[in-house]
Amino acid sequence: MKQWKPNASLTILKQRAQMLADIRNFFMQRNVLEVETPALSQAANSDPYIESFSLDKGQRFLHTSPEYAMKRLLVAGSGDIYQICKVWRKEEAGSYHNPEFTLLEYYRVGFDYRQLMQEVELLITQLLMPKKSAKYYSYQQLFIEFLQLNPHKTDRFSLIACVKNKVPQLEIGDEASWNKQNLLDVLLTHYLEPLFDKDCLTFLYDYPVTQSALANIRLATKGAKGTETAVAERFEVYLGSIELANGYQELTDANKNAQVIAKELEQRKQQQQQELPKDRRFLKAMEMGMPRASGVAIGLDRLLMCIAKQDKIEQVISFAWGRA
Amino acid sequence: MANYNTNEFRSGLKFILDGDPYTIVENDIVKPGKGQAFNRVKIRNLKTGRVIDKTWKSGESVEAADVMEVEMEYLYTDGEFWHFMEPSTYEQHAADSHAVADVLQWLKGQEVYQVTLWNGTPLSIVPPNFIELKITECAPGVQGNTAQGATKPAVVETGATIKVPLFVEEGEMVKIDTRSGEYLSRAK
Repeated sequence: MKQWKPNASLTILKQRAQMLADIRNFFMQRNVLEVETPALSQAANSDPYIESFSLDKGQRFLHTSPEYAMKRLLVAGSGDIYQICKVWRKEEAGSYHNPEFTLLEYYRVGFDYRQLMQEVELLITQLLMPKKSAKYYSYQQLFIEFLQLNPHKTDRFSLIACVKNKVPQLEIGDEASWNKQNLLDVLLTHYLEPLFDKDCLTFLYDYPVTQSALANIRLATKGAKGTETAVAERFEVYLGSIELANGYQELTDANKNAQVIAKELEQRKQQQQQELPKDRRFLKAMEMGMPRASGVAIGLDRLLMCIAKQDKIEQVISFAWGRA
Repeated sequence: MANYNTNEFRSGLKFILDGDPYTIVENDIVKPGKGQAFNRVKIRNLKTGRVIDKTWKSGESVEAADVMEVEMEYLYTDGEFWHFMEPSTYEQHAADSHAVADVLQWLKGQEVYQVTLWNGTPLSIVPPNFIELKITECAPGVQGNTAQGATKPAVVETGATIKVPLFVEEGEMVKIDTRSGEYLSRAK
């Protein structure tokens, strides 16, 4: 019975403590306030692809990110805030997934997402010291450069053909069950991400609007350079193919926030997933006026994997899912 | 026949793909920041032994394979099939040359083998880790040669050729590790 022993070595536990101290120091220097919000709340994340653990006969939910509560603080006038907390997502454990994990979530009032990307680059660079400087691609640029496909304009049939060609290991099954976004996801995770440079951070931004979540949508424009498609002002950060962070130019419009949540709850109903209460306190806060802000969530266990050069998430967690 | 959902995937699970039985070697989950999750899986073809990579959209399912591992005693060969018997039920199973290919050189009457059955037919056979066999052919023992680690080739009753220490004689029983094909000791 070795199950009592920690998964992570003492060296790595020390690296974790150092990483947390460095992050706190980074925000101290920038006058960003550390906050705490409830881990057990009465409402839950409505994203149909993220499942919450529920307790007390569905009266309480373990948070999957502190996003809603932190935005309520922003509305209440907190100014710039960050939080380092445990979050829980009901999913399988894997090389890069532990259902209980540590998140750094932070918001910068008045920043647009491009400014936030720069700051995230600085923060992660200080912690990780990659060999080369970061690369930036818009979602469209990436698909055009490596697949000669415009992800916003191409149709399902071209995407299916492209998937069959580039991801031959996929058991596609019933083609009708694949929507455009699923096909883009499979190309991104199975073909494009593995092409990312292992020695530097890669920033991917301006996502299809179908992947906006609570990110602001920049409407289509007709300019001197031609027509620009509407995109979600959202970004992800990778080291090599490991996804580390997910950020938004936050959606501040109260009606649009309410629409996104209503749509997600409806989708959950159709897919016969756990039904969840609407987060009225969050929606009320949005009505009071969310300041213009950008926010990002960074997976600290994965970041530590990169710092400590480990290839399984369980190697950086004191007691990973199987031994918790 | 039952199905397995991707959320039941774990190593050792047996299922059918394109008509062949497979077992899961390794299962991992891949999930973009927002959106659909995928199961990235390494699977082994139980007929050919080949390991390949596959990906399924999470939530899909595969057809379960009726694959069982049963301990059986080896009886005899009629030249075309190799016959095994379940000791508890006396039920006999005939394995073809493909199924016995890897175990042929360790097949001995009354020895117990691990037989993988697919729909009741032997698919592959694994010998016990250790087996005691008689030396049927080797050069005479050299008395007084104590050179450390010196060996000579020897043929055992099942036809396998192994390396034995110089003092081992024809007709002796020896213990062999079937995984490495190495001589371990004289049998007691």
